[in-house]
Amino acid sequence: MSQQQQNGSLIRLSQIHKTYNEGTSAAFEALKGIDLIIDRGDFVSIMGPSGSGKSTLMNLLGCLDQPTSGNYFYEGISVHELDSYQRSLLRRYALGFVFQGFNLLARTSAIENVELPLLYRGIKRRERKRLAREALASVGLDDKEKNTPAELSGGQQQRVAIARALVANPSTLFADEPTGNLDTQTTHEIMKLLAKLNDDRGITILMVTHEQSVASFAKRTVSVRDGLIDFDRRHVEAGTIQGRIFEC
Amino acid sequence: MLGMFTNAFFIAVKEIRRNLTRAILTVLGIIIGVSAVITMVTLGEGTTEAVKSQIESLGSNLLMIRPGVGFGPRSRGGRVPDFTDKDVEALIHQVPGIAMAAPVRRSEKSQIYLENARKGEVTGSTVDWFEINNWTLEKGRLFDESDVEQGAAVCVLGQTVVDELFDDVDPIGRKIRVGSSTLVVIGKLVEKGQVGMGDQDDVVVVPLSTMRRRLGGKPSTADVGMISISAEENINSDWLIDQISSLMRQRRNLKDNQEDDFNVFDTQQIAETMSTSTQMMTMLLAAVSGVSLLVGGIGIMNIMLVSVTERTREIGIRLAIGATAKEVLVQFLVEAITLSSIGGVIGILIAIGFCSFLAPLIQVEFIFNPRINFIAFFFSAIVGVVFGFAPARRAARLDPIDALHHE
Repeated sequence: MSQQQQNGSLIRLSQIHKTYNEGTSAAFEALKGIDLIIDRGDFVSIMGPSGSGKSTLMNLLGCLDQPTSGNYFYEGISVHELDSYQRSLLRRYALGFVFQGFNLLARTSAIENVELPLLYRGIKRRERKRLAREALASVGLDDKEKNTPAELSGGQQQRVAIARALVANPSTLFADEPTGNLDTQTTHEIMKLLAKLNDDRGITILMVTHEQSVASFAKRTVSVRDGLIDFDRRHVEAGTIQGRIFEC
Repeated sequence: MLGMFTNAFFIAVKEIRRNLTRAILTVLGIIIGVSAVITMVTLGEGTTEAVKSQIESLGSNLLMIRPGVGFGPRSRGGRVPDFTDKDVEALIHQVPGIAMAAPVRRSEKSQIYLENARKGEVTGSTVDWFEINNWTLEKGRLFDESDVEQGAAVCVLGQTVVDELFDDVDPIGRKIRVGSSTLVVIGKLVEKGQVGMGDQDDVVVVPLSTMRRRLGGKPSTADVGMISISAEENINSDWLIDQISSLMRQRRNLKDNQEDDFNVFDTQQIAETMSTSTQMMTMLLAAVSGVSLLVGGIGIMNIMLVSVTERTREIGIRLAIGATAKEVLVQFLVEAITLSSIGGVIGILIAIGFCSFLAPLIQVEFIFNPRINFIAFFFSAIVGVVFGFAPARRAARLDPIDALHHE
């Protein structure tokens, strides 16, 4: 199943096309041939106006969708050849997701939300609790484990969501507009948390955003426009310098 | 595979607890259905048993002849003559297959002991009457040939009469006033118990001759209102009824074109007819409540379908997190089965409560029937599988991206 990459990069896309409603009059080509390589431990923000194809790209990268054509290698696995069951397993064991709307289970305590991915991994109850507590502590919410989403602020909910994404120890974290529903102060805190996770734990983060100030926390910005990569820029010492500018 | 199911079970229990009110409303139909089926069948079977035991207590192989033309509204009991002692003798001697026959005359009389008074039926008959009607003596003695010959002032009482006339006093040897005569109580009968069609123990039995001499007889010799007959074992009752009918027609001088002016009843037939009809009634009620169980199942499907739509986002989250489509299917299916099984168990408990409350009210015995309880529970679980499948499949077929963006 694994097909080892030569250069050791985590993700490699080549000539990815995605067409919706293919073969009908309503056919729409969202991605028109994307080439992208992402290294392990990188923090990439994907930007672009709405309708640019950035969400489509994110869904493909997150193995939620399949490209119409082109190749996608994740740690050497040819994702474009996987069926939906195999993609489920890949998501389960390698990927974590954080969404704009937090997407926590309602009426379910923070710790139970965080436990969810472990449940599908078949981890025993005691171990599950321990890992979930650890993850909650790592996002600074060790005192809120019994609270349900309704009893948490937006920022706290997003922290729970991040803890849930991290608990299964994924190699990549996908964040889809993670601060879209948060105020400036909280946005700042969440972004600092993500940057810290990237620095300390070396988790690769792929983040979609349309705010320049949020994107500046990343190490690299990929801009998508009309289904193609518009520019791909690595911030020089980005995390620190841009962060300081933003703080002022 | 097993791990997946236990996992799904835990998730299902969590989901049910998360939406407890909805869960209760969902299974309400199942609870009502299961408890209705079990209650109906249990009480129906209790009734059948009650009818059976009551008719058995009347005596097996028992036949009765009563004067009268036809049954029900057409019957003209009053206008036809009663039977005579000679009719009874003729039956015993001329119809093979009759083991015993006893003439019976009944009349309503006041019964008084000291300051206790009541009104009830007094039966005049012969000694054979006790055996034919399956009575056993509890204490004292039954009347004998000489009592019958002399028309002695004696009587034998049933439990109800003893209870009402004598407060904690041994009735044997006491004198009671019956109608305008004084009779000595010589015996007490074993209680038959009260079941459904009236109190069998409300009985005062005297020799027929005593009835005639002391309690006001009819001027005519045809004063026997009923003949009780016990047939020999293994006699075809239809054949016996034919034999009895033709003898009686002859003795009552009926012409060929005349209807019978008497009716022959067979308790065996009555028993069979009655227990068949109560059984049919039970089946009918069970079928009706079975429909409610089915409706309960549709309720589960309905709410599960709504819940799949409502929980689309949750399904999206689960799929994104790494649940496979099959796991989502199993989760929803297990949830439906768990719900309906819990409903089944609650239904059984409610049915047991209902039955133990209702059975004494309608005077039937509460017999716990494990079979119908098992069937009802099994059926409720099946309902979960059948009606849970469509919603579960719909959930499993959701596209994770669409599900996540569902509002």
